[in-house]
Amino acid sequence: MSVDKDTVAKIANLARIEVSEDELESTVGELNNILDWVEQLGEVNTDGVAAMTSVVAADLPWREDKITDGGYRDQVLKNAPQAEHGFFAVPKVIE
Amino acid sequence: MSELTKMTLSAARDALHKGEISAVEITKAHLAAIEDAKELNSYIVVTGDQALDMAAKADDMIRGGNARGMTGIPIGIKDLYCTKGVHSQTASHILDGFKPEYESTVTANLWADGAVMLGKTNMDEFAMGSSNENSYYGPVKNPWRATGSDKDTVPGGSSGGSAAAVAADISIATTGTDTGGSIRQPASFTGLVGLKPTYGRCSRWGMIAFASSLDQAGPLTKTVRDAAIMMESMAGYDPKDSTSINIPVPNYEAALSGDIRGLKVGVPKEYRVDGMPAEIEKLWQQGINWLKDAGADVVDISLPHTKYALPTYYIVAPAECSSNLARYDGVKYGLRVNGNSLDDMYKKTRAEGFGDEVRRRILIGTYVLSAGYYDAYYLKAQKVRTLIAGDFKAAYEKCDVILTPTAPSAAFNLGEKVSDPISMYLNDVFTVPASLAGLPGISVPAGLSSEGLPLGLQLIGQAFGEEQLLNVAGVLESAASFKEKPAKWWGEKA
Repeated sequence: MSVDKDTVAKIANLARIEVSEDELESTVGELNNILDWVEQLGEVNTDGVAAMTSVVAADLPWREDKITDGGYRDQVLKNAPQAEHGFFAVPKVIE
Repeated sequence: MSELTKMTLSAARDALHKGEISAVEITKAHLAAIEDAKELNSYIVVTGDQALDMAAKADDMIRGGNARGMTGIPIGIKDLYCTKGVHSQTASHILDGFKPEYESTVTANLWADGAVMLGKTNMDEFAMGSSNENSYYGPVKNPWRATGSDKDTVPGGSSGGSAAAVAADISIATTGTDTGGSIRQPASFTGLVGLKPTYGRCSRWGMIAFASSLDQAGPLTKTVRDAAIMMESMAGYDPKDSTSINIPVPNYEAALSGDIRGLKVGVPKEYRVDGMPAEIEKLWQQGINWLKDAGADVVDISLPHTKYALPTYYIVAPAECSSNLARYDGVKYGLRVNGNSLDDMYKKTRAEGFGDEVRRRILIGTYVLSAGYYDAYYLKAQKVRTLIAGDFKAAYEKCDVILTPTAPSAAFNLGEKVSDPISMYLNDVFTVPASLAGLPGISVPAGLSSEGLPLGLQLIGQAFGEEQLLNVAGVLESAASFKEKPAKWWGEKA
């Protein structure tokens, strides 16, 4: 499998990264080099093999469903490029 | 002053505990040495005032009879760890100006034991790289150069700044992080000990995520004993990381008995890769002989899926990275580049904020997770990952630890591999398999290449077998007796 310019443009849109027309061409080449290389996994017989979901055998811990933390609004907003009235501010989305 | 920077962590600890030196004194010596080594570019930020303040508190702890292993030890922290109120950007432009309001668990553990923060060390952006050339803050120079050469070499990556800082004696030890080899490969390139513990041994809380099923914290140190002391402080269960494992942290230093008689050391035939330099093959054989001489039994083992580890890694890690890095959107923290809509703002911010390698991996990850390709790439890779972990499981029925080279070469020149991603990826051929299986690995400096650059050997242990791993590493270290230091070419000439 390999990618073309349209596919890369689609992936870039999904990833929300602007890729200019100029960059698109070289990105196609770069991605195909990597995809060609990982293609060798096709040689491995994985019939009946379970996909790994946890590298160390452990059950996810449970805790009581109680509020134990929070109340950090100002700290959460402190690093925001733009915060107003106690909220994150973004460019207008509704006309 | 310079004698203080040449101390190992364990020697400094002993001298601090006996009151022969003070934490303030040894911290000042390191801050002066950092000032003199700016051209290595190993620190992004130096936190001098904070360091002196922490050192004074450490001296109080010692005077009060509350000294622990790390009390008063000045260390550098990889820029990937969140440190409260201090630059924490994983060397990325996209986190411009980010100063966390909280402290990572690993660094909090170190500070609770009285360690002193010298500053934040340089790294490959988001820990993606094997040469530290992918940093927004510029490449790090390895203190080591080939004999008679004035060409800069790379310190390895991604913990390149952390490695260069210890090798240049401008930090007694440093924290690194290892996703596919990012502690062990730089340790090999700079003549240090680098330990990646078992997945789940250290909390990942407050570590800026790259690939969450692989990322682990670990130390870069001058000796195996130093690694044992620092690991004990960093490790531990943390309810804030659901993947951290709730088992007690042993006294690793007490495990350094030096006795490995009857221990079975596995040597995997698949690690004899094509094109491996003869001198690395020879060093590996030397390592086998050293362990034999110490009374270990050497057994041949097979890890049949070794050649598929790197391609598996380069599906799994980018997939996890594309998901983890989705949070950088110009809204919550860091860089924002304005656009004519919300979507446009996201796209422009992420285009400007991420470097080439990070962008490449996000795109690959997005592709392998996208509808129609998920099964063929991501699911397939997760199945092969099961087989790779199974290889190790089978091998450990025949042996206790595994001995391999750490990297397929010594440090290469700056700029040499930067234009060829796959040849860069191949640096991690020996370190990635253990990462995929979640196993602990340690690199021990074992000799010099014909060009006079350090070479490391790697020991891979069983899950939560760090005590045994460190003990064998100590034996290897004693036998190799690697004492060389890089000739100083930076700063004021000695």
